Amino acid sequence: MTAQALRPGRAAPRRVALLPTAALLLGALYCLVPVAWVLVASTKAGDELFSTFTFAPGTGLLDNIADLSAYRDGVYWRWMANSVLYAGVGAVLSCAVSALGGYALAVYRFRGREAVFGVLLAGVLMPPVILAVPQYLLLAEADLAGSRLSVLLPVLLSPYGIYLARIYATAAVPSDVLEAARMDGAGEWRTFRTIALPMMLPGLVTIFLFQFVAIWNNFLLPFIMLSDDEKFPMTLGLYTLLNQGSNSPSLYTLVITGSLLAVLPLIALFLFIQRFWSLDLLTGAVKS
Amino acid sequence: MTRRRRPGARRRAPWAFLAPAIVLFLLFFALPIGYAIHLSLRTIEVQGLGLGSGARSEVWAGLSNYADALSDPELLDGALRVGVYGLIVVPVMLGLALLFALILDADRVRGRRFGRLVIFLPYAVPGVIAALLWGFLYLPSVSPLHHTLDALGLPEPDLLGGGALYAALANIAVWGGTGFNMIVIYTALRAIPADVHEAARLDGCSQLQIALRIKVPMVTPALVLTFFFSIIATLQVFSEPTTLRPLTNGISTTWSPLMKVYRDAFDTGDVHSAAATAVVIAVVTLALSFGFLRAAGARTRQEEAR
Repeated sequence: MTAQALRPGRAAPRRVALLPTAALLLGALYCLVPVAWVLVASTKAGDELFSTFTFAPGTGLLDNIADLSAYRDGVYWRWMANSVLYAGVGAVLSCAVSALGGYALAVYRFRGREAVFGVLLAGVLMPPVILAVPQYLLLAEADLAGSRLSVLLPVLLSPYGIYLARIYATAAVPSDVLEAARMDGAGEWRTFRTIALPMMLPGLVTIFLFQFVAIWNNFLLPFIMLSDDEKFPMTLGLYTLLNQGSNSPSLYTLVITGSLLAVLPLIALFLFIQRFWSLDLLTGAVKS
Repeated sequence: MTRRRRPGARRRAPWAFLAPAIVLFLLFFALPIGYAIHLSLRTIEVQGLGLGSGARSEVWAGLSNYADALSDPELLDGALRVGVYGLIVVPVMLGLALLFALILDADRVRGRRFGRLVIFLPYAVPGVIAALLWGFLYLPSVSPLHHTLDALGLPEPDLLGGGALYAALANIAVWGGTGFNMIVIYTALRAIPADVHEAARLDGCSQLQIALRIKVPMVTPALVLTFFFSIIATLQVFSEPTTLRPLTNGISTTWSPLMKVYRDAFDTGDVHSAAATAVVIAVVTLALSFGFLRAAGARTRQEEAR
């Protein structure tokens, strides 16, 4: 831009590149289509859903929400609460496990360090299905299959979380600061808790978000583990609702309204959080 | 006294910090994998009519579960379907991700902040809900496409059956996955020092030339990474076809290999053959993804040698 601005002959130095801009907006439009549709469709009453034009708004949003809340004594809101519980608790604990492991791998030099890191990372490559079926059978042996713990315990270890935590710890925690703390007589645990942890915090927020979204979006694990719909997370609940809808289409309106209400919190979270948090952190990019 | 203890404490510390991760790894990764392999090598033998407690016993089966799995036409068909699906999803998704990342990194483009956020947005939408929303948009009575074609008097395609089903499913994955991959590539693009393009621009290169000749080769590692994870994710497709099933009868319970594992384990109740199939899928996934990494690594080295 500076090079162009220096040349006075050019008429419009800040000319917009039309083609790339158009392509970007087209891509954004494509990404908005289903979201726009669910916004519109959830306002349609049952008979309007299949009869009016796709993007013509209906008249029944509040009725739909009331119907959804009344459906089987408000089971929908229990699904929502379960999703918040699984994703919230799971992400906090998983973040703690990642922070500890990543810190150890970044700060200490010890025999077997790279081997441990490699083995933990290899967990990323394991297809969830080869894990989920035996996990179910093993948890059934321990009488835990079908319990809330059965969808919480297997997600606590996140190889990607440990990978990110190691990168953040390497970049954010200078070794001379740790050395100084030790000289002052702080133990290893205190050094971690009072010195390193606050420095790693921005990175840990990222791991928390990543795990929160991963657990919130998870379907396979609860699908395999749970049978009592009081314990279902949102994804599984909506799936069963859709499944029943093929026999009674009136449920479709509930499915659509339910999808809207399930999508909004996470979208709001991202819109809110991106003001002070950069998406780039998600890929382990650290400012140097 | 404390001074003498410290070297020992410092040696033990990393293992103490790693203990939760290692325990979880052993319990929820290593043990299940070992158990799956164990199950896959055994089978249930039924004696007589299979009644009574002693009539069914678990016995050693050798590799017979694997032989059955590999010769099962249902598994092969499922693998072919996922292969076709993957050949659409991976190139389209990563092509779009690269295109948008390059646009975000280019000069004189308007709406970059908006575009980046909105294209990333589907990442926050669970696969099940994405499949559900698109699934409704594919239904003839709801779809805007059908409305339009109907108004124009043109024939209306069935989006949830035949060949169109692949495109319909691929579209869901592309919609959900492009944004995340775009961010990965865009982050790599921003790590390229600015003086590299500045030099090229002063030499008279256009933005397109800079993008193709300088930026794309420099973000090859990020492209390899996104390719790698896309292959793994594609081979494990499960939620989307499972969610679309109630809306169409074009998707069987064994549409993808993973769906077959689920059916065998929980509907048919044959955990042994399900375990064998799961191990086969895992091995194929690892072979394909590492094969790809090796090929990519070899190419990079070749280019570096030039």
